[in-house]
Amino acid sequence: MMDTVLDVLSWIFLLGGAIFLLVGAIGALRFPDFYTRLHAVSVCDTMGAGLVLVGLMLQGGLSLVTVKLLLMFYFMMFTGPTAVHALAEAAMQSKLKPVVDEREP
Amino acid sequence: MYIAVTIAILIAIALGLVRAFRGPTLYDRIMAGNMIGTLTVLMVAVLGFMTGRPEFLDIALVYVLISFVSTIAVLRVYIIRGTMDSSSTGSGKE
Amino acid sequence: MEHLVDIVLLGLLMITGFAIVRMRSLLAAAMLTSIYSLLSASLFVVLDAVDVALTEAAIGAGISTILLLATVALTTDEEKAPRHTPLLPLVVVIATGAALIYGTLDMPHYGDPAAPIHQYVAPTYLHDTPGVIGVPNVVTSVLASYRGYDTLGEVTVIFTAGVGVMVLLGYRLRRCNITGPGIRNLIVLRVIAKLFFPLILLFALYVLLHGDYGPGGGFQAGVVFATGFILYALAFGLGNAQRLIPRKLLRIMVAVGMLIYAAVGIESMLLGGKFLEYRVLADDPVTGQRLGIMLIELGVGIAVASVVLIIYYAFVSRHCQAPEDM
Repeated sequence: MMDTVLDVLSWIFLLGGAIFLLVGAIGALRFPDFYTRLHAVSVCDTMGAGLVLVGLMLQGGLSLVTVKLLLMFYFMMFTGPTAVHALAEAAMQSKLKPVVDEREP
Repeated sequence: MYIAVTIAILIAIALGLVRAFRGPTLYDRIMAGNMIGTLTVLMVAVLGFMTGRPEFLDIALVYVLISFVSTIAVLRVYIIRGTMDSSSTGSGKE
Repeated sequence: MEHLVDIVLLGLLMITGFAIVRMRSLLAAAMLTSIYSLLSASLFVVLDAVDVALTEAAIGAGISTILLLATVALTTDEEKAPRHTPLLPLVVVIATGAALIYGTLDMPHYGDPAAPIHQYVAPTYLHDTPGVIGVPNVVTSVLASYRGYDTLGEVTVIFTAGVGVMVLLGYRLRRCNITGPGIRNLIVLRVIAKLFFPLILLFALYVLLHGDYGPGGGFQAGVVFATGFILYALAFGLGNAQRLIPRKLLRIMVAVGMLIYAAVGIESMLLGGKFLEYRVLADDPVTGQRLGIMLIELGVGIAVASVVLIIYYAFVSRHCQAPEDM
């Protein structure tokens, strides 16, 4: 019983993560300028990766594998946003202009 | 179910590759590289579970660290020269 | 299913390869090379070549991209248009490619247990490793024990590369304290680097010591170790990194790593064995083997980490010639 619940839960997490990854990738392809695309990519890095890793943790159970997954989760939650921040910062420094809506409201 | 996730990741990698080819700025390419790094990490983890060898996670862990450091390094080492003004952001003649 | 993943990954690799060739901007090509390494590393994972995948990820996607970009930063960004029409090279490449493809037709199928390569020495390695070497990871036993000479040669190659770069580029000790203008606001990066620096070094030790049991070993650990210091240099500047681990020390450490490896060989000769015959190192042959493998992995790790850092310092400090614009 417990196993089934865990299984179903982990599938939900995994599928949710996969959907977020796809959405992020589509956003990275379709959005109009660099900054908006960056926004989409950060969804991949945090939400998508996080959900997939949680799903795998539920599959791994209480073992060394889960500890490693936790470590990965910890790393990714720090590295993803930092990398995206550094990218945005570097792009701003090089005066890459965001696309803005010029029309009067 | 792992298969579904793997396919989703592969599609996402393909989309990221298209972004990497199209550019248009160098930052877009770095961004795509970073995204593909994340996706690769996840794919290695999922594949490890799929083939029943979760000890592959060591590799995934190395990828996380390396891809982070290399993204930062790309931004710092290259841009060190200060050539990244908006005119030369690698407009990628295509 | 795994075949599907194989085919998709190979297709993506091919497309990336073509894109790299077509790309005129060298920077973009360097970025694509990094993506290429990531893809091929995941292909290695699918093919169960875990140790290779670890190496490819650490070196291909990490260090070599950084070095490529550092090199591009010293030259121009755009590839010059070729002056001649590449007709003859095209013919040569097509002919060679066709010959190679023709050659693969005779090759045994992927994973065929009757293939010659699986019949020659591989069964002996697989059969003897648990009893004679006592190391669960056969790759490590082959690399470090059965083919210890080869690995010594590889370490020599790396050593030579380090010496070459030192002689050509980095012999003068340049002081440069400030790093470039890329990211001005370094607070976030510095906090994260402080958090991660010790963790990366710890993880490198794990990779080194765990090489007997799983993927990993001296080469990978050395690169991960160097990556930790590169992160430090990126966040706190090359000057601070050089104060933390000075070049003089690195120069000594390259030699030390190499000498540890060779000394294990000499020691086993002194104890009455042959060069690099580890089983004489301890009373029990299996313990001797494990001790020998551990020691040479340590030597390899030290040598690789120092060489990578030397090359990194040498390339990046080329940008330090005019201190005021740094």
